[in-house]
Amino acid sequence: MKEIRIHARAGQGAITTAALLGFSYFNEGKYPYAFPNFGAARMGAPMNAFVRVDSNPVRLRSQIYEPDYVIIVDPTLLRGYNCFSGLKEDGVAIINGKEDLELPKMKAKQSVFVVPANEIALRNIGRPLGNTALIGAFAAATGELKLDNLVEVVKKRFSGKAQEGNIKAVQEGFEFIQKGKK
Amino acid sequence: MKEFLEGSHAIAEVIKSCQPGVVSAYPITPQTHIVEDLAQMVSNGELKSQFVNVESEHSAASVVLGGSAAGVRVYTATSSQGLFYMQEVLFNIAGMRLPVVMTCANRAVSAPINIWNDQQDSISLRDSGWFQLYAENNQEAVDFHLIAYRLGEDKRVMLPVMVCMDGFILTHGMETVDIPEQEKVNKFLPAYKPLYKLDPENPISLGLLADPDYYMETRFVIQETMREAIGYLSGISKEFSDVFGRDYKDMLVEEYRLKDADKVIVAMGSVCGTIKEVVDEQRAKGKKVGLLRIISYRPFPYARIYEALKNIPKVAVLDKAVSLGAYAPVAADVKSLFFGKKKSPKVISSFVGGLGGRDITTETIHEVFRRLNAKEANFDFVDLKPELLKEEYGE
Repeated sequence: MKEIRIHARAGQGAITTAALLGFSYFNEGKYPYAFPNFGAARMGAPMNAFVRVDSNPVRLRSQIYEPDYVIIVDPTLLRGYNCFSGLKEDGVAIINGKEDLELPKMKAKQSVFVVPANEIALRNIGRPLGNTALIGAFAAATGELKLDNLVEVVKKRFSGKAQEGNIKAVQEGFEFIQKGKK
Repeated sequence: MKEFLEGSHAIAEVIKSCQPGVVSAYPITPQTHIVEDLAQMVSNGELKSQFVNVESEHSAASVVLGGSAAGVRVYTATSSQGLFYMQEVLFNIAGMRLPVVMTCANRAVSAPINIWNDQQDSISLRDSGWFQLYAENNQEAVDFHLIAYRLGEDKRVMLPVMVCMDGFILTHGMETVDIPEQEKVNKFLPAYKPLYKLDPENPISLGLLADPDYYMETRFVIQETMREAIGYLSGISKEFSDVFGRDYKDMLVEEYRLKDADKVIVAMGSVCGTIKEVVDEQRAKGKKVGLLRIISYRPFPYARIYEALKNIPKVAVLDKAVSLGAYAPVAADVKSLFFGKKKSPKVISSFVGGLGGRDITTETIHEVFRRLNAKEANFDFVDLKPELLKEEYGE
């Protein structure tokens, strides 16, 4: 079983991110359970979305406290909020942010990938919605999902211009991490 | 076909395949996505149904009452305060013997206002004459709606059915669901033919005055029907399994690793998935624990639960609702069924958890099993925060 915790603010598309990841796992024959937890139920309030995935249907219904992966959609949440709480010893964090983003000290085997998802989104979609770039980055950073599969899922989810832009965003998010790894 | 989709959307899909002639609802979180989807389907022409927009839940319930009385299959959905606002009409629907089907997306009730999940809303309506079926996951939530229409519209029954699914956890949870194919639905659920209906050609009256000479019998016959329906459920479930290949046995309870168990939790709804995880974990360590999941809360399957629990030494009932000033609702039912019986658990402890969306974790469940080692507990709250209970405004 793998567990992903997404940190965002309501309205930033964390549920879409969880859904896209869920669809991608589903396409690869897994059983994902993607679900949100709202805070104050207001736009801009910190909220979480989660993906729990296994090779059998997921029965566990609690929130995720010890994630294998965290995805941070809004880096302002890093201030005064421990987004890495419970992250596994060898966990991976993917953060939407700029190169100079200040990061807390991580454990030896944990890894952090910072990806300028908003910039990628602005360039390709025209709006600072970094979700698709982030799932591309997630796939490259963790090796959990195939890029082709993500592209297929994004194709299904979006149409017209948004489709084109989001496919590019997924690819650029993926490539950004690939390049950094080399 | 297996799809990955949100619980609410899955419900809208299955309701579409049931082809209700009238759908009416008023938006309330966390139910809203269901009827939003249905409204879209009606607007697209995918579902040929009259979707009636109303100004309140009281009217939504009244519209489906009227639709059902006029002889068509109907559907509505609500949560929490919305369910309570329907309450007066819900008793009428049962009293008129109308087979309305409703989804209750379970949510806490005000005040203080809270949109998150517990089961206080539907449990508070337990005496209304509605069947109540509780789903553990979205596949069950989908399937139970088909069973609900078959059960309610059965000529031996003619009563409304509420399918209860945990708000957010299931309604907003996306998971893999096998959406029943229309052909199979048609086979399992034939078009609704009412026993009687409001018809200008053959006028009848429904819901008339019943004075003291008549009223009690109307209640007696509903009580009798509910009792008899405990047997009908297994027949309907068998037919369901024949058509769809998913077997819910008697549709009353699910026994999970009960054989030889010395500690068992009784619960309803999605939390049972979490309990199963903990049961498997503890079993792997050689601990004899199990789960009894109640599916049919009304009618309450007393005899079935007696058989399942009579030889279990220690039982914990985990309620996601309270009856303020009394024993927790499910615990009270479970305790009462053992009174005066030959066999009985030595301990039936009652725990209340998960109110207003307080997350029930595997640790919560471990704690409930641990507390079964102590003396019998009556409505012990689990996962309370003592720091919030400090006296701040006293002397």
